[in-house]
Amino acid sequence: MTMAKQVGDARTWIRGARLVTAAGDQGTADLAFAGGVIEGPTPQGPVDVEVDGSGLVLTPAFIDPHVHLREPGFEVKEDLASGLAAAAAGGFGTVVSMANTDPVIDEPGLVRWLIEKAASLPGARLHPAAAVTMGLGGTTLTDAAALKEAGAVMLTDDGIPVSDGEVMRRACEWAADLGLVVQTHSEDPTLRRDGVMNEGAVSERMGLPGNPRIAEASMVYRDCAIAAFTGARVHIAHVTCREALDVVAHFKERGAPVTCEVTPQHLSLTDEAFASFDPIYKVAPPLRTQDDVDALREGVKRGVVDCIGTDHAPHTRDEKHADLLSAPFGIANIEVAFPVLYEALVKSGDLDLSALLRLLQDGPAHVMGWDAPTLDVGAPADVVLLDLEAARVVDPSTFKSKAKFGPWDAQTLQGWPVKTWVAGHLAFDRAESGR
Amino acid sequence: MSTQLEHLIDFDGVPIETIHAIFETTEVMAQVLERPVKRVPALQGFTVATLFFEDSTRTRLSFERAARAQSADVMTFARGGSSASKGESLRDTVATLDALHVDAYVVRHPAAGVPRQMAQWTKARIVNAGDGRRAPPTQALLDAYTYRQATGRAFEDTRLVIIGDVAHSRVARSNASLWHALGAEVVLCGPPTLVPPALAALPGVRIETQLDVAMEGAHAVMALRIQRERLTSARLASLAAYTAQYQVNEERLAGAAEDVVVMHPGPLNRDVEIDGALADGPRSLITKQVANGVPVRMAVLYHLLVGKGSR
Repeated sequence: MTMAKQVGDARTWIRGARLVTAAGDQGTADLAFAGGVIEGPTPQGPVDVEVDGSGLVLTPAFIDPHVHLREPGFEVKEDLASGLAAAAAGGFGTVVSMANTDPVIDEPGLVRWLIEKAASLPGARLHPAAAVTMGLGGTTLTDAAALKEAGAVMLTDDGIPVSDGEVMRRACEWAADLGLVVQTHSEDPTLRRDGVMNEGAVSERMGLPGNPRIAEASMVYRDCAIAAFTGARVHIAHVTCREALDVVAHFKERGAPVTCEVTPQHLSLTDEAFASFDPIYKVAPPLRTQDDVDALREGVKRGVVDCIGTDHAPHTRDEKHADLLSAPFGIANIEVAFPVLYEALVKSGDLDLSALLRLLQDGPAHVMGWDAPTLDVGAPADVVLLDLEAARVVDPSTFKSKAKFGPWDAQTLQGWPVKTWVAGHLAFDRAESGR
Repeated sequence: MSTQLEHLIDFDGVPIETIHAIFETTEVMAQVLERPVKRVPALQGFTVATLFFEDSTRTRLSFERAARAQSADVMTFARGGSSASKGESLRDTVATLDALHVDAYVVRHPAAGVPRQMAQWTKARIVNAGDGRRAPPTQALLDAYTYRQATGRAFEDTRLVIIGDVAHSRVARSNASLWHALGAEVVLCGPPTLVPPALAALPGVRIETQLDVAMEGAHAVMALRIQRERLTSARLASLAAYTAQYQVNEERLAGAAEDVVVMHPGPLNRDVEIDGALADGPRSLITKQVANGVPVRMAVLYHLLVGKGSR
């Protein structure tokens, strides 16, 4: 049976949008697609849908190497349907789902099941990651070869660090041989302990157990060293502090096969957000300090950071209406990721639009070992129209995600996806979703 | 002016006049407790609920006594563990209790911030009886009140030294905040593993790891309880090692002011963080601290529910 994404039937012609990719601004042009692939500026047959793109930017749909879609097992938080719809609403055409579900994605049958189920759903394309260790237990390796054969595109125990150094080393030896990327949630559990927020002046003032930056930096060092030693491609998830980013830069300068991502929240929020005692800000690794935010933004500018990973991590409102010790870690953000990034990186003057797009297109593709997305003839019709002028108040009630709340609620943000097509199929249309 | 409190969660935003008004009311309440009939009708018709998510019989009884001595109705809600582990969100717990028409909650919880979170979800007054490592403001109030009552020294001329496991101590944080607001100088002292340098960011606070240096010119010395679990978490080599360097005793007070007083929030580990003889001796305010617990809490409940002046 085929497990390809359903292809949009309608020949669509987007007129007069500004075409921008990571390569640069290609000026105002038309773009047609049909049968799931791009035809070029001129449609190769009768047009079914014509879209006025004037005043908008047209670009390949984004790729997110790091999302939690919660299915199977935690459908109360999110499921494939809501998560993939949310991704499309955020302008993403492709997402990599993490394996920390229930059951854990540690068997080939589960990988196949996810791919089959997602193929029948509208929204973004799904590429599942599989676990490094059985049940995320940290001891017994999964069958990486069989998981890859089933369609897994990444190995990761994300959510839990692989604390045993030899397990990480051996997993990387397998991954190197198979050409699979290993993504790591690098925080030394013995240093992280029971920390619920960044350890520093704010945690001391608030009397909350801190999670020190050395927990992250030291394990990032270990994982980069293992990458260099084994030759495996290791992707450091959610780098959050200056020291950890310095480690990544150190290994990159020496040619180690290491990549890294940063999240929208770590580029825009600090531990001062906890002054409200709202567990909405509880995330792992934690929100750090302004100095770290500055360091991450510098890292983005200098190219040390390869891509954005949203780490979209939905929980229920009830779960977050808890005390700060027992509330779960995670921020749901995929639908506001682009405006948050546009505000933090482009409006701030740090990056031009193409550089931001590189972090959402070529960057994650490079991490995954995929071809960079393009608007060329024959490329998949995964595209997004962006309204960079629109300033909108974040209204979580319109979210496709089941997590209808987040740190940016009621804030006015500029730069929004308005239409997303995946395989030529209109997967998101802001005009139909209220805002 | 009104000295009514909206909540007593910490000392952020509490005017210094209100603190002094609470001290004045405490004197009155202490007199009430000396009478044959130890009850006034001040809080008649109000309902106070003690809501303890963490065990502390002594603190809970002290609050309940303080409420009953003013004729309030008292409800007790005790539950171990966090709300999440019972499958009910904290917010739902508050909603359930609100349906019982409570006027003030006295809350203790292992997580810092819970009283602050609850304040967003209820119209009732909230007294923080201890949230994680953050604050038990009535403990700080009774400590400061006891010091003022016993010494008569102005806070502006006072150096307070807090010694021990500052990292995990809400008593230390709360006292540092209050005594600084009252004008005192605050020194936090203890082993480097229990007095993190980041604490120096607290306003008006100095960190000192050498006890003899910290003691210089001290007017009030507060010893904190050492928890046994610190020995299993790589913070301390042994109790003996701690005692040798940081025990508060007559000898170690040598550099302190002539009339230095010694305090302890209780319960004491005798001859560990404080020398037993010192704790029982003339410099010790420990029994006075215990005695002032109920009148201070009476005053706090009074200012929360009735206030003084306008309402």
